Amino acid sequence: MTEEPLIYDLSSPGRRGVRPPLPQFDPVDPTKALPTSELRTDLPLPEASEIDVMRHFLRLSHKNHSVDTAMYPLGSCTMKYNPKVNEVTARTPGLADVHPNQPPATAQGALELIYELEALLASITGFPAVSTQPAAGSQGELCGLLSILAWHESRGETRTQVLVPDSAHGTNPATGTMSGLEVISLPTADDGGIDLQNLEERLGPGVAAIMLTLPSTLGLFERRILEVVDLVHAAGAQVYCDGANMNAMLGRVRPADLGIDVMHLNLHKTFSTPHGGGGPGAGALAVQAHLEPFLPSPRVVRNGDAFELAEPSPTSIGRVHSHLGNFGNLVRAYTYIRSLGAEGLREAADDAVLNANYLRASLSDDYDLPYDRICMHEVVLAGTRQRRLGVRTLDIAKRLIDYGIHPPTIYFPIIVDEALMIEPTETESRESLDNFIDVMRRIAREAESDPDKLHDAPVNAPVRRLDEVTANRRPNVRRPPPGSA
Amino acid sequence: MSYAPNTDADRAAMLRAVGVESIDDLFVDIPVRHRDPELDLPPALPETDVIRHLGELGARNATSSDLASFLGAGFYRHFVPALVDQQLLRSEWYTAYTPYQPEMAQGTLQAMYEFQSLVCDLTGMDVSNASLYDGASALAEAVLLCRGLTRRPRVVIADTVHPAYRDVAATYVSALDVDLRVVSAARRDATSVRPDLQALVDAIDEQTSCVVIQRPDFLGMVVDPDPVMQAAREHGARVVVVVGDPVSLGLLVPPGDLGADIVVGELRSLAGPPAYGGPGAGMFAVRSQLIRRVPGRIAGRTTDLDGKNAFVLTLQTREQHIRRERATSNITTNQALVTLGATISLCALGRRGLREIAEQSLTAAHHAAEALVGAGAVIASEAPYVNEFAVHAPAGAAARLERLRKEGNVLAGIDLGCVSPTFDDLILVAATELTTADDVEALASAWARTQ
Repeated sequence: MTEEPLIYDLSSPGRRGVRPPLPQFDPVDPTKALPTSELRTDLPLPEASEIDVMRHFLRLSHKNHSVDTAMYPLGSCTMKYNPKVNEVTARTPGLADVHPNQPPATAQGALELIYELEALLASITGFPAVSTQPAAGSQGELCGLLSILAWHESRGETRTQVLVPDSAHGTNPATGTMSGLEVISLPTADDGGIDLQNLEERLGPGVAAIMLTLPSTLGLFERRILEVVDLVHAAGAQVYCDGANMNAMLGRVRPADLGIDVMHLNLHKTFSTPHGGGGPGAGALAVQAHLEPFLPSPRVVRNGDAFELAEPSPTSIGRVHSHLGNFGNLVRAYTYIRSLGAEGLREAADDAVLNANYLRASLSDDYDLPYDRICMHEVVLAGTRQRRLGVRTLDIAKRLIDYGIHPPTIYFPIIVDEALMIEPTETESRESLDNFIDVMRRIAREAESDPDKLHDAPVNAPVRRLDEVTANRRPNVRRPPPGSA
Repeated sequence: MSYAPNTDADRAAMLRAVGVESIDDLFVDIPVRHRDPELDLPPALPETDVIRHLGELGARNATSSDLASFLGAGFYRHFVPALVDQQLLRSEWYTAYTPYQPEMAQGTLQAMYEFQSLVCDLTGMDVSNASLYDGASALAEAVLLCRGLTRRPRVVIADTVHPAYRDVAATYVSALDVDLRVVSAARRDATSVRPDLQALVDAIDEQTSCVVIQRPDFLGMVVDPDPVMQAAREHGARVVVVVGDPVSLGLLVPPGDLGADIVVGELRSLAGPPAYGGPGAGMFAVRSQLIRRVPGRIAGRTTDLDGKNAFVLTLQTREQHIRRERATSNITTNQALVTLGATISLCALGRRGLREIAEQSLTAAHHAAEALVGAGAVIASEAPYVNEFAVHAPAGAAARLERLRKEGNVLAGIDLGCVSPTFDDLILVAATELTTADDVEALASAWARTQ
C-alpha cells in the first residue's frame, strides 16, 4: 500500500474546502469588536479541496483493520459486532440535536432514556443504583474508589490502601494512585484465583477496598468469590469489581448477588457501543444501596411522569463530566439492551463463553495453556513453547496480521509469560473460529519449520514492523511547526 | 434475539469439542445459589420497533428546529460539513479500537498525528495528545500534571472558568492533598460585569502549582491575560488556559503565544451535534518540556523496516498499561472518533473556512446584542467578546429564561448564577454562524414581550 501524504501536503494556497453558511447579517469587522492585539495574524490550517479531504481520509481508513473487516479477538476489549441500528438511533435528530443546557422540560426524552438505561443496567447487574455519568471505565473506577472513600469517611474511618491482584488491568492501580491510595499488589494463586491466605494477611484496618476483575483477566471466574467478599467485609473494607468482562456474566450471574459493593461497566465492551478507534467509550457505575448517596451528581430522578435532575446529594463525590456522560453512547447501549432483551443478553454471554472454550480446547495442543480449566469469555494462551524455538509472542501476533486477523492482546496479563489473551466474543461464527484455529495452528507449524517467516511478519500489511525505539527517543508528534527549518 | 451467528448444531459440535454436555457446564465456577437469575427486562424489540421507540423518546426533546436557541457555554452549534459524518460511519474508523497493532491501524494513527498537528497549530503549543474524555476532565488532568511537576499544593482557578470544569477538577483532586482555590476574576456593578484579574494575580504565590484561566472566559469576555502570566512566571507557577470554543481560535491570538503552559478545551462542536453533552473530546496541548508528563495516547511518526513513513503510539511508558500505579493518569480509551470528526472538519473548513465561521459567529453575536438592546435589554458584558455575552435580567435570570421559553419559544441562554450566586441576574447568550436572522428577531421580540 502506498504512503498517504499528510493532509498538509494536499494543501495549496487559496484552495477552498467546504463553504460556510451564507451570511445572515451585515458583517461585523473583528477589528472593531476586538483589540487588534487579540487577533491572530496567521492561521496555519491546511487549504485543501473537499474531494481531497474526502479521499485522504477514505484512503487512511483503508489502512485500518476493524470488527467489520474480520475477527478482532483483542482480549479484554470485547470487540463484538456493533449493530448498525445503534448508529441510526444515536443519530435521531431528537436525540442528537439536544443541547446539554436545555431546561429539563425540553429534554424529557433524553432524561427518560438515561433513567431507563440506569434501571436496565441495575436489573442486569443486580445493583440498586447506577450512574451513567462516567465517560469510560477508568473514570468509573475513579468514581467507584472515591465513593468508597467517602463512605469510609462518613463512618469516621480513614483508610489509605487498596489491594489489587497482580493480574489486574493497569488502570486499577493507576486509579488507586489517583484516589490517593497506596496500591498493594496481591499475588495470584496457582489455580488463577485469589490466594485467600495472602488476602487475609494483607487485610487490615488500613485497607479501603479490593479491586478485582470478574471474570479475571485470565478469563477465569473466581471460584472463591464468596469467601473473598466475606473476608474483605469482615475487615471493614469494600469490594470493587472491574466490570470490563461483564460480557461473560449477562443473565448468568448478577455481581451484586455475590456481595460486591461497587462495579463499573464498559458500555463500549459489553453493550456494544463502538470502540471508535480508541473511544469514545462510556462507563457506568453500579453500587449497593449504602453507596448510593456518594454517586456522582447530578442524577436523573423520576417525579410522577416527569424526569428531573435531582439536587446534588451533600455526600456526592461530585461531578466527573461536564454534563450527563457520553449520552450518544448511552443511546446506543440502550438500543442494544432493548434489542436483545433478557434472553438475547444471556445468549450473548453463553456464546461468548462457548466460543472462548472452543478456542481453548482447539488450540491447547499447539500452544501452552497456563491455566487449564474451563474459561469464561476469553482464554489466555502462552507462546512459551514457541519461545524455545526462538519465536516470541510478538512474532506470532505479527504473523496473524498477514492472515488478515487482528492479533489478540499480548503480554497481558503480565503474570503470564508470553501471554496471548484471546476474546472471540459471541458474534464470531463457528466458521470464523475454525479459520482462526487453522491460522494459529499454521503459525505454530511455521514457528517450527520456518521461524523467520514469523520474525519478518507482517509482510501483507500497509507497513512492516516499526522503529518504535527512535519514535520514543526522538518523539515526532506533529508536523514541523510553520516557519521552522 | 442476539447478534450471535451460532446455530444449535454449531453449539452442539462445539460443546463436543470442549468436552462438556451443555452450556450450563461452562458456568460451574459461579456459586450455585447465585447462578442464572431472572433478569427483569422488557421484551426484545426488532430493528423497526426499536427505531420507532427511540424516535418517540427523541420526540420528547426539543431540538434547534423547534426553538430558537442561544445556548452555548462550552457546547456550540457549529457547522459540521456533511463529509464528516459520512466518514465517521465508515466501519474502518468506528469499529476499530486503540491502535495497539500499528501495522493494522495506520489510518487511525496518521489521523491522530494530523489531529495533534492541527491542535498545535491552532493553540500555538508544541505537543498535543490524541484527546482526553472532555474539556472538563482535560482540565482536571492538567491540574494533576502541574501538581506532579511542581509538587506545590495550591491550584488557583478563576471563577470565570466553566463551573462544571471547576467541579470536575475538584472531584479529581478530592482525595489528594490539593488546595483548590476559586478566585473571582470578574467584577459586578449594578447591571454590568467586567474582567478583573487583580484577585487572581494576588492569589498566585510560591505555593501555587498552577493558575487556571479561560479564554474567552465563561462569560464570553476576552481579556489580556498578561498580568496573570507575569505573576505566574514570577512565582514559578504554571498557567493552564481553557479554550471556551475552539472556533474562537480562528480569530484570537493562540494561548501558546500568550505564554500558556497547558491548553485544554472541548472539541465536540467541531465534530457533530451537541448530543445532550457527550461524547465530547478533550483537547490537551503542552509545551515540549512537558511531553513525558502528558496523560493519554500520543501518536508519533517513525519509519518501518523498509524505511517507509509510518505512525505508532509513542511514549507509552507514561501510560497505565505499562506504568500501572506510577502512570501519569488512569485514562485508557480516549475519544478517538470525536477527535477524528474534529480533524476532518478542520481540514474541510481549512484556513479560510474556520476564520469565516469564527467571523460569522462574532457577527451573529453582535447583531443579537444589538437587537436585544433595541428590545430594551442592557448588555452586561463590559469587555470585548467573540460570540458569547452576558445580558442583564433585572428580575432574575431563571425566571426570565422560563418566560422567554414559554412565551417566546426561545432558549435565550444560560443562567449565570451557576458561576456565582451574585450573577443570578445575568443570562449568557451565545450565537454562531448557524444563528439566523429569524432566530435573532425571535429573541428580540420575546425579550420585548417579557419585560
